[in-house]
Amino acid sequence: MTATLARATAPPTAPRRRRRPTRRQGVAYLLLAPAVAVLAIGLGYPVWWQVTSSFKEFGLAQQFGQPAPWVGLDNYVRIFTSDALWAVVLRSIAFCLFNAFVTVAIGVGLALLMRAAGRWARLALQVAMLLAWAMPMVAAVTVFKWLFDWRTGVVNWLFVRAGVVEMHEHHWLASPLSFFLVASLVIIWMSVPFVALSVYAGLMQVPEEVREAARIDGASATQQFWHVTVPMIRPVLAIVLLLQIIWDLRVFGQIRLLQDGGAPVGDTNLLGNFIFELGIGRQDFAGAAAVSIFVLALTALVSWPYVRALIKELDR
Amino acid sequence: MSPRQSRTLTRWTFSALALVCAAAWAFPVYWMVSSSLMSNARLRSATPSFWPVNPTLSNYAAVVEGSSFTSALRMSLLVTGVTVVAVIAFAFLAALAVSRFRFRGRTSFVLTILLVQMLPAEGLFIAQYKMLSGAQLLNSVLGISVLYTAAIVPFTIWMLRGFVAGVPIELEEAAMVDGLSRVQAFLRITFPLLAPGLVASGVYAFLQAWNEFTIALVALPAESAKTLPLWLRSFLSASANRGVDWGEVMAASALIAVPVIVFFLFVQGRMTSGLVSGAVKG
Repeated sequence: MTATLARATAPPTAPRRRRRPTRRQGVAYLLLAPAVAVLAIGLGYPVWWQVTSSFKEFGLAQQFGQPAPWVGLDNYVRIFTSDALWAVVLRSIAFCLFNAFVTVAIGVGLALLMRAAGRWARLALQVAMLLAWAMPMVAAVTVFKWLFDWRTGVVNWLFVRAGVVEMHEHHWLASPLSFFLVASLVIIWMSVPFVALSVYAGLMQVPEEVREAARIDGASATQQFWHVTVPMIRPVLAIVLLLQIIWDLRVFGQIRLLQDGGAPVGDTNLLGNFIFELGIGRQDFAGAAAVSIFVLALTALVSWPYVRALIKELDR
Repeated sequence: MSPRQSRTLTRWTFSALALVCAAAWAFPVYWMVSSSLMSNARLRSATPSFWPVNPTLSNYAAVVEGSSFTSALRMSLLVTGVTVVAVIAFAFLAALAVSRFRFRGRTSFVLTILLVQMLPAEGLFIAQYKMLSGAQLLNSVLGISVLYTAAIVPFTIWMLRGFVAGVPIELEEAAMVDGLSRVQAFLRITFPLLAPGLVASGVYAFLQAWNEFTIALVALPAESAKTLPLWLRSFLSASANRGVDWGEVMAASALIAVPVIVFFLFVQGRMTSGLVSGAVKG
């Protein structure tokens, strides 16, 4: 009560935060405490452990309880001079960029289709998008394994039906290239809905008059798209593409689950799988920590523009 | 053909195309449900049938009666329950601090949570595994709930911050002029207005924890501690040993997916706008 009155009667030039700053700040810190504590335990400590462990040695002696000695940059040198890591890095980046760009292209296409289609067709497409988006990842991968099953999967059957007889009992997951094709299909199927619905929301912000004006000035449909629509939805496009790149860089579960079918693990590992194998599989915790630091740094670097765009919103 | 007629014609073409795309996108979900209703003998025949012939629920019965389903369901419910409650409570308090108070370190805090929510689980799970095994918390509800809460709380703070900022402080102040204390004003005026935000973030946290696979894989290695996503994976592997029974596997997938789809349809509008709000509002 008195605080409200004091604020109401205070001269407008007096900055608000001068009043009893310590008590107000104290309450704020108290409110933050639980969240900060859980972040410190769940993320902070692991990051710290990872940074320090990447400079230590975890050999056989450490598995029997010896303290790990400091070895400086040895782990980084060992890991980053191996060809195996660079093959995985290149594969991950290529896979990520391919999926991200294809996802955004298809998403924009479907968003335009939603705008152009009639009411019921648009609703049907939106519902289909939501169904795919809502599928839990493990369930989605399992369904795709069934679709692409070598013996009784519907995809092989359709190929044979269409006259491609070689596809009879074709093992999609056995060779790396078609393995990644199936992986891409799952990932793109799951991520297109977010892009399509976000871009559609963006398209709805483009005033009909602007397109009408362009049409009257004689712009073709293609010209309207590139010179009117794209510039107006550029902010959404940028953020959606960025998010796709960030998300597609962290593909782990999909690959892991598809590998269960007996795929060549060494040729299909992405960064997350490589770390998992190094750490959990071979107990090389220092090496896994070094690769993890690399992944974290890469993510932070790619995420920075997105975070900066969000922070601009903070005090609106 | 008049321009009007040609425009109607293109609209019809686009509508037809949209329907084709909708069918293609919904097909895997349809295929899951349809296969789950057919016997394994039917699914193994040389020609697939595109709608359930002699539909039966026996696959579902077989899955639910299997010994491991109920224990996985219990584990998932426990982990998700603890996580959702912790996330909502912690994120709500932090969102209040961020949007109702000015304090030193406010911007850095928000910057940190935004950056931290981008960190991939794959970049941290080895360290998290070592931490839990060191604390004897592998395979425990507490251990994985702490990791889940830490992973989900940053985005939830950001989401709730928008809701809290949307309730004008003047409403509370007016109630205080009318004689309510600050706490009363908050509980009676602001809190009810935040209910939709709390529900939305609760469903978001539910979806994240319920579907999570990567962290669960390292934090819950024991067979008895598996959550539903891990259980589905083992179910498929076990089935593969005797030539996969796809009918049962699809029933198992549907059991996990259907509740999630229902919840998702409920919350998705808020999630989309939360993720791209900066861009859409421009």
